[in-house]
Order: sequence, then structure tokens, then C-alpha cells
Amino acid sequence: MQAPSITVTDLACRRGDRVLFAGLSFALAAGAALQVVGTNGIGKSSLLRIVAGLAPAFAGTVAVAGGVGLLDERPALDPALPLGRALAFWDALDGAGDMQLQRLGLAGLLDVPVRYLSTGQKKRAALARLLGQRAPVWLLDEPLNGLDGHAAALAEALTAEHCAAGGIAVIASHQPFRLPALATLALAEHAA
Amino acid sequence: MSRAIALLRRDLARLLLGGRGGGALLPVLFFLCVAMLYPFAVGPDAPLLAKTGGGVIWVAALLAAILPLDRLVEPDIEQGLFDQWALRGISEELVIAVRVLAHWISFGPPLMLAALPAAALLGLDGRALRIVEIGLLAGTPGLAALGVTVAALTAGLRGGAALGGLLVIPMAVPVLIFGAGSLGTGGTSGLALTAAASLVLLAIAPFAGGAAVRAARG
Repeated sequence: MQAPSITVTDLACRRGDRVLFAGLSFALAAGAALQVVGTNGIGKSSLLRIVAGLAPAFAGTVAVAGGVGLLDERPALDPALPLGRALAFWDALDGAGDMQLQRLGLAGLLDVPVRYLSTGQKKRAALARLLGQRAPVWLLDEPLNGLDGHAAALAEALTAEHCAAGGIAVIASHQPFRLPALATLALAEHAA
Repeated sequence: MSRAIALLRRDLARLLLGGRGGGALLPVLFFLCVAMLYPFAVGPDAPLLAKTGGGVIWVAALLAAILPLDRLVEPDIEQGLFDQWALRGISEELVIAVRVLAHWISFGPPLMLAALPAAALLGLDGRALRIVEIGLLAGTPGLAALGVTVAALTAGLRGGAALGGLLVIPMAVPVLIFGAGSLGTGGTSGLALTAAASLVLLAIAPFAGGAAVRAARG
């Protein structure tokens, strides 16, 4: 497998008629982790969506090598289905990745419809979906929202393992995220 | 290919078997209700019912096709599934094409079955019933394609479901005219034109729907 990388050059983002940030450049190689920090509305989520290729860049270029996994506030699991079947759909698409359900504390919830899960449980389920995807590039948008202390530590541990195995993680969060060798990008310095 | 099958299985589980949306049952019951109400409204005039019944079945089928519009595309955009598919290199066109197939399976054949009791209620003879059934077979794929396309176009809009219904009706007119019109002429040309209108809609749907989903992403 080709080593994953992200190269962002002179990137600018526009929402509506407002330019959120401009002149943003960074490069991440295999094993690197970057936390994007900044106040609400500064463009953290927009940056992740541009890197994911889901939103167009206003200016500049983004080059990503390797499959991209995105974790945001939407778990992308059918609300009406039991958790086990909702995850099985992604398993069928992605192939047999280990979702680590036991470790995420989801093994006992597989019969519960997704809409009955709490915010934190949905977040953990989305983490399981992300693990099953086995994408080398992780884009995590507010990954700790809704997670209790134990689950937050688990999310940090999973991200650390992902990076140790040669993956890349970009974390957009205003909360502190504990990770060895975590670089920080302050979007406020690039605000237009 | 296995991805298309996984998508189809999920779509069928959602659209055919239903969950909270009522699945395929709701449009069929709606269709039968219209067919049942019509004789009450116009009175027990058997020749009149037999003459106009085929057209009523077509109008009922068209209205029944509109019912599931709001759950065809919008929930998947809202819950981020289209984004996750895009990340996996699954194109919006493929998802929409699969959804057209699943939507048709969940309302086309059930409506054709329900047309049997409806035809009995309206006193249609065997010849008219045969033309209605062949017409529905030719026309419902087009209605399914149109429904999914319009659902993708109106996803995320306020009042999108009502707007979707209003958009589907004028665009479904060709299918309706040829499908119901073939009852009057009895010829195969009307049925062939129904199928032709259907094929045009089927050919456009994945591209128009895919573009609409991408545009909604913004």
C-alpha cells in the first residue's frame, strides 16, 4: 500500500460571500497527527470537508494519497435499524475490517435501534464504522463531542494506534485532544 | 458489483419492508382507496365506470407514486450517508440508479397486483385490464425514475415533499397520456410510447439525481 499523505497548498475557503481562511498550507506524512483549533465558525469543519473532497476549495490545492475516513456529527447509520444491522451495511461495503465492538462497548447494544442510542453511543458506533473502513487517512470533526471521560480516552487511544500503524489523523476540535506528537494548526492565524 | 448489491439490499429493506415509513404497503392502500372512492363518487353506473376506470387507475397510480418521495433521498443526505459513499468512491449516479430500481420494485409490482382488485371494483373487462397492466409495467419504471430524480432535487428544501409532488405531476403527464390513452385506442402504439417516455426518464434519472445530490452538498 502506498504511504498516505496530505499536502495542502495555499488553500482558501469561502462560505457564502465570506472568505473564512486563506493562504493555508501544510503537509502531513504517514504517522502524523494534526489538530485544527479555532473558535466556532472559523472554518474547522469546512477545512476537513475540503480535504475530504466533499466541498470545493475557493483557491489553492489539496492532494490526498490514501483512502479517507470521515467522522463528523452524523453517524451515517440508519436510525430505524438495530445497530448491528446498520453497521453490517458498512461492513458489506468496506469488507471485513475489525470494528472493535467489544472495546468500544457496543457489543451489548447491537439489538438496539440506532435512534434509541445516546449521543455518545452514536459517536462510538460511528467510530466503529470508521475502524471498519480501514482508511489510512482519518478526518475527525469534533470526535470527543458527547463522549464521557472513559470513551474520550478510548477515542484518543484508537487515534494514537491508528497513527502508530502509519495512518494520518486530522482532528478538528476546540477541546484538548491528547495524542503523542500532535501538531497544532491555529486557523485564526490564517483568517481572512 | 458487490457494492451495488449491498446498496440494493439496504434500499429494499428500507423501501419495501418499510420501518416507520410503512414500506410498500402505504402507497398500495392509498391506490386501492382511490379506486374504491371513485364508484362512490360517480354512482353505480357500470358502463361509465368501465369506460373511465382505466384512467382512474392511472391517476391513482401516479398519486401513489408520489407518497414515498420524502424518504427516497433526503434522509440519506441528512444522515451523511452520501458523504460516506463519496469517500469510498461510490458515485452518486450509482446510488441513484440503484435507488430507482429499489423504488420501482417497492411500488411497481405491488401496484400491478393491486390493480387487479381495483379493476374488479371499477368493473373493467379483461381487455381493459390487460392494457392497464401492460401500461403500468411500461410506465411505472419511468414514474420511479422521475420520483427519485425529483426527490434528489428537492432534498433539503423546506416543504420539499409537497414541492416534489407538484414537480412530479407535470413531468409525469407524458407517461399518463400515453398509458391511459392506450386504453381508448386499444393499440400497442400507446403502450410503446409509454415505454419510450419511461426509458427517457430512466436514462436521465441517475445523472440528474446524482448532480442534484452533489449540488445539495454545497
